[in-house]
This record gives sequence, C-alpha cells and structure tokens, in this order.
Amino acid sequence: MTITRNRRVALGAMAALLAASLTACSGDDGGGGGGGGEGASAEEIEAALEEGGSITYWTWTPQAEKQIEEFEKAYPNVDVTLVDTVGAGEGNTKLQNAIAAGDGVPDVVQIEYQSIPQFQLQGQLTDLTEYGFDELESLYTASTWGSVSQNGGIWGLPQDSGPMAFFYNQEVFDEVGVEVPTTWDEYIEVARAIKEDNPDRCLANDSGDPGFTTSMIWQAGGTPFQNDGEAVTIDLADEGTTRFAEMYQPLIDDELICQLPGWSDEWYQALGDGTIASVALGAWMPGILEDGVPDGKGKWRVAPMPTYDGTPTNAENGGSTESIPEAAENKLLAAGFLKWLNSSDESIQAFMETGGFPATVEHLESEEFLGYESEYFGGQKINEVLGAGAADVNEGWQYLPWQSYANSIFADTVGQAWLDKSSLLEGLAAWQEENVSYGSGQGFTVNG
Amino acid sequence: MSAAGWSFVTPFLVVFALMIITPLVYSMYLSLFRNQLMGGTTFAGFANYVTAFSDPKLWDGAGRVGLFLLVQVPIMLGLALIAALAIDSGRLHGKSFFRVALFLPYAVPGVVAVLMWGFMYDDRLGLTGSLNDLVGFALVDPYTKKWILTAIGNIVTWEFVGYNMLILYSALKTVPNEIYEAAAIDGANQFRIVRSIKLPAVRGALVIATIFSILGSFQLFNEPNILKEIQPALISSYYTPNIYAYNLTFVGNQVSYAATVAIVMGLITAVIAYVVQLRGTRRDA
Repeated sequence: MTITRNRRVALGAMAALLAASLTACSGDDGGGGGGGGEGASAEEIEAALEEGGSITYWTWTPQAEKQIEEFEKAYPNVDVTLVDTVGAGEGNTKLQNAIAAGDGVPDVVQIEYQSIPQFQLQGQLTDLTEYGFDELESLYTASTWGSVSQNGGIWGLPQDSGPMAFFYNQEVFDEVGVEVPTTWDEYIEVARAIKEDNPDRCLANDSGDPGFTTSMIWQAGGTPFQNDGEAVTIDLADEGTTRFAEMYQPLIDDELICQLPGWSDEWYQALGDGTIASVALGAWMPGILEDGVPDGKGKWRVAPMPTYDGTPTNAENGGSTESIPEAAENKLLAAGFLKWLNSSDESIQAFMETGGFPATVEHLESEEFLGYESEYFGGQKINEVLGAGAADVNEGWQYLPWQSYANSIFADTVGQAWLDKSSLLEGLAAWQEENVSYGSGQGFTVNG
Repeated sequence: MSAAGWSFVTPFLVVFALMIITPLVYSMYLSLFRNQLMGGTTFAGFANYVTAFSDPKLWDGAGRVGLFLLVQVPIMLGLALIAALAIDSGRLHGKSFFRVALFLPYAVPGVVAVLMWGFMYDDRLGLTGSLNDLVGFALVDPYTKKWILTAIGNIVTWEFVGYNMLILYSALKTVPNEIYEAAAIDGANQFRIVRSIKLPAVRGALVIATIFSILGSFQLFNEPNILKEIQPALISSYYTPNIYAYNLTFVGNQVSYAATVAIVMGLITAVIAYVVQLRGTRRDA
C-alpha cells in the first residue's frame, strides 16, 4: 500500500488561476445523466479482482488504512493507493479540479451524501446499476440508500450514516440539577437553567452552521428542497422549517447558546472542561469525542434527540458514500473494490472497530454492535441509542443540487440571525432568494 | 537590434510571456464563457461584464477595499515614515533593536499572524477579554460589524509597517552627510531638516510604497479569509473582491465569472496605481 498525503493547495490568486486553467482544458462537459453501458456482471468483477491491477482511492475516513490492509489480504494482486483528502470540502475541490483537468482522477472517491448531486448532474459519476449494484439495496438503511439512488441511477454505495443524537455531559447536568431533555421545550428550559447557574457555561454552542441547521429542519419534518434533476423547488418557510425556526429563535434571542464555531480548538476545549454541556450531532460523534476530547472520558452520555411533540423523529447529519467517477481509468477493478469496501463483512467490521458508524442494516442490528459498552461513555450501550435513532429518520429529505455552494453563503444570510439576534425566518427567506437566483443562473428551473 | 541583443532579452521575454501575458490573455478568454451545472460551458460574449457592473456583491467588496485603502494605507505609511525618521535621526538609543523589532512582524507568515491576532481578539479567552475585564466594560470588541474592518486594518498595519519603514529608511540613507552638515551650518533645526531635506528625499520611495500598498489593499484576502473561519457571519463570502472570486471558483462553479471579476478589479487597481504614480512623479519634477 502506498500513501500519498494530499499537500495543501496554496491559497490565493495563483490557485484560482490554476483551477481556472484546469477547468477550461476540459472544454464542454455537457450536463446530466451517467455515462454509457460499459457495465459488468458480478463474475466479471470477481475475475478482475483476481487478475489484479492498481487503483487509487481518495478518502478522508480514518478507517481507510485498516480497510485497505484487509482488502489487500483478500485480493493480493490488487494494489490500492490511498490518498488522504483531509475533509469533505477539500475533497470536493480536489475532485472537481481533477475531473476538469481530465487527469489524475481517482478510481474510487469518498463524497458526502449532500454533494452527490453536484457531481452527478454534470455526468461525472458512474451509474452503478451497470454493475448490478441495485441488487445491494436491501443491505442498507432506507435513508442512506435514498441518498445514493436518485435521478434514476445509483451513484455510490453508502459508507456510513449519521442519525442524530443528543450527546451530553452528565457531570454538568448533575451539578446544575437538570434532567436530559426529551422535548425541545425542555431543551430550552435546560439551556436557561445552565445559563442561570453559570453565565459562562452553555447547554450548546452554535454560531450558524448550515449542516446543523439543515439537519434540524429535517428533524422538524421540513422538506425545503425538492429536486428531480432539472426542476428544483425551494421552500424555506414550509411547516417543518418554520417549526424549527420558531423553536430555535429564543435560544438565539436570549443568548442561551454559546456563539462558538464547532471544530475549533476552543470548541474541543469547551467540550472537555464543561463550558459546553451538550452537542446534537451525527452518530459518528463518539469517535470524535474519544479522539478530540480525552478530558471528557467517563462524563459523556448519549440520549435520543429531543422531539417537538414526544413522537420520536430524527434526521441524518453528515455521512458519506464512495463513488466511481465517470472518468475513472480502471472502473471494473474500482467496482470490485467499492463493493468489497462497503458491503463485505471484513471491511465493515474493520470500519466499526475503529469507531465508524455503518450504514448496513445487518451490522446496525447485530448483537455485538448493539451490546457494545463504551468506556468513554461510562459503560453506556451507546449503539442501542444511536441505532434506534437510525430507524426514526424522517423520509423524503433532499439536499440542493448545489448544496456546497448554498452552505458557503449560509453565513451571509441565515448566519446574520446569530450575529444580530435577528429573525431566523427572515434569514432563511434571504437564503432562499439567493439560492433561487443562483440555481436559475446555473440552468435549473427553480420554484421558490 | 543585433543578435547578441536579442539573446540577452529573450530569456526575459519568454518568462514574461509565459508568466504575465499568458495568464492575462487566458483569463480574458475565460471571461467570455458561462459555466452552468445544467448545460456546461457555453460562449457568453460580454455578458459576464454586464453582470459584473451591476453586481452588488462585487461592488460591496470593492467599496470595502477602497475604504480600507483610504484609511489604512495613510496610517500605515505615516507610522512607517515616523519610524524611519526616528531611526534615521541618530537620537534613538538601541536603533538597530527598533529596526529589527519593527521589521519582525513582516517575517511572521501572514497566516500565523492572523491566527495570533484572531485569538487575541477573542473576548472570552483572548487579550481583548482580559482588557475588557480590567476596565469593566466592553472597551474594544473587534468581532462586531462595526469594528471588524478596523481589526483587519490593525493586523495588516502590524504586518507591514516594518517593511515600509525599511523602504523609507533606505531612501533616507542615500542622503549624503554633507547636505546635513551644510544645513547645520545654515542654522537649520531638526524639523527644518526633516521638512526640507529628508521628506523630499523619501518622496520617490513613498510613491513606490504607496503603490505597493494599493495593490495589497485591492488584493486583501488572507486576513479576512482566515478570520472567516472564526467569525463566519461577520465576514461574508464576498467580503473582498478576491474572496468573492475565490468562492465563485471553488464552490460556485463559476470560473468564468470569477475571471471577469479578477479582470475588472485588475483594471481598477491599475488605473488607481497609475494615477498615484503620475501625481507622485509630477511633484518630483
């Protein structure tokens, strides 16, 4: 196995120019649809794996190294080159540039569910139906399969999922004397109690995060984005969105949440020293806590997401898939690796051992998984809670075909609510307006 | 021109053509297209330029760097001039210490400088918080809409005062000692010497420093882009024209329009820099 660390691209005008030149080389990309009919049967794929060759795999999954080791044990003739793309955003940029340049395109690449449309619509992903992957549907949870199969094709195999859960610091809760909130009304009360106990502490942090906000809207039953390829409908004032915004507004207005951006050093520190007493994020969070917040060991617990009316509902937060770019050089081998990676027991076991939260029903329901007692969480069987959360995910959610761009302008519009304590609904309306105009400019028929 | 002449000039011309002319021409070519997720890349003529001239986001950013230029550059160059004169006066103890200390921030990589200041500006854990605690009220609050541009100006000034000081100081060093002797014999005091000898001597260098600073202001990118990580809502995705072009390229799938933005801003910068140079040299004459 060879590891090539992705070197950070220098920022600034030079990079922009370079990207510009790369993009133009590609000429006319055309839009929509997948490429054409070079599919293969399961036997042909298996034969290719036995024969061997080399492929490149781009990912930011920390478990990848272990998985590749396992893979190369099973198929010693195949050499997989791992390229660490650092994170979702950087991975997208890198992939976009490679495809535009028509050179150095990976054979298998990790993409966040929400970024699939932006590549798929430009015909840059391989429709895996050609390789018979539609037969694998029953292996995965409905929500993750829904994320990879859209616009009449299958554009990846789900790697993990991120049903949301409420992670909290039991020690702080005990100190303040509050119970775990089961509804959002209770959540606000708890936030108030923690603030009154010590104004420097907060129940949660948020300074306007698009990933969190869209997941919260999803949980509230909103479906603000609908797209069937060319036609996109945006309604950021639908019932669910409004429900979320009205619930959340007092948290901003009364300064009940700390305005601290997530993933900063300060954030990790605050999670460790009890300044921030809870986070509502995806089921991949335990790995992050164990890794990034060693001081919290034994103090943290997990509970189901608070709800609006007591009926359990949930949403996904993050999660990604592996796909095969249309321009990949060795598609047959890539298909074999991908199938092994996200559906074989060896691979998924390796993924789970190192803190991954799988997307396969069998593993999510296995006794071994559900019975796991996390030392970090004081011996709590965390996967029982997280796994139950996966079953409650609301169906029908879609992201925008240009979600990463939409997220990049989130702070300009919705984010202002956090800054000025202004209306979230007004911010969402402004976000909608910007997205309608962007989408129209990008050739979509946008209703909104 | 002789063959020998060409052989001396050719290496330069080749590099110039590859590194300066080619990217410019290429950007102009790019700016004539339109990129769409649905529909790909199509020829659009001058449509991007029409869009650019009525694009509120572009002009918001351009206005911001314009304001930055008008306020920050005079302050920074004023401080640099005072520092250069002080070090040159010969009345300063530890002059080489001051020279190095002032220049040191320039040696700190820009990203590190911004991260450092970004931390100090934090009112919970940073220096700003301690200061506000000390006086008992919010004396300084850099992370507000009102102050953020000033806060960026402060970082840029900190980074570049020393660099500009060095340009001005080296110009002062070129004044022959005899002139100062003559001035002293004529009975000129220090202020008179500054006004009649030193300031005219640094005028050329000042024009150069001003032009560099104009270019720097219009290309403002690093400082706000890094602070955006800490304060996403305070710094918009079009805070400066460079940030705007960067986001259009890397997340907006609008390489062609980004090229247009770059060309429009390049033209504006060139015109302003040219005017400053004309004015500067006319006074020289």
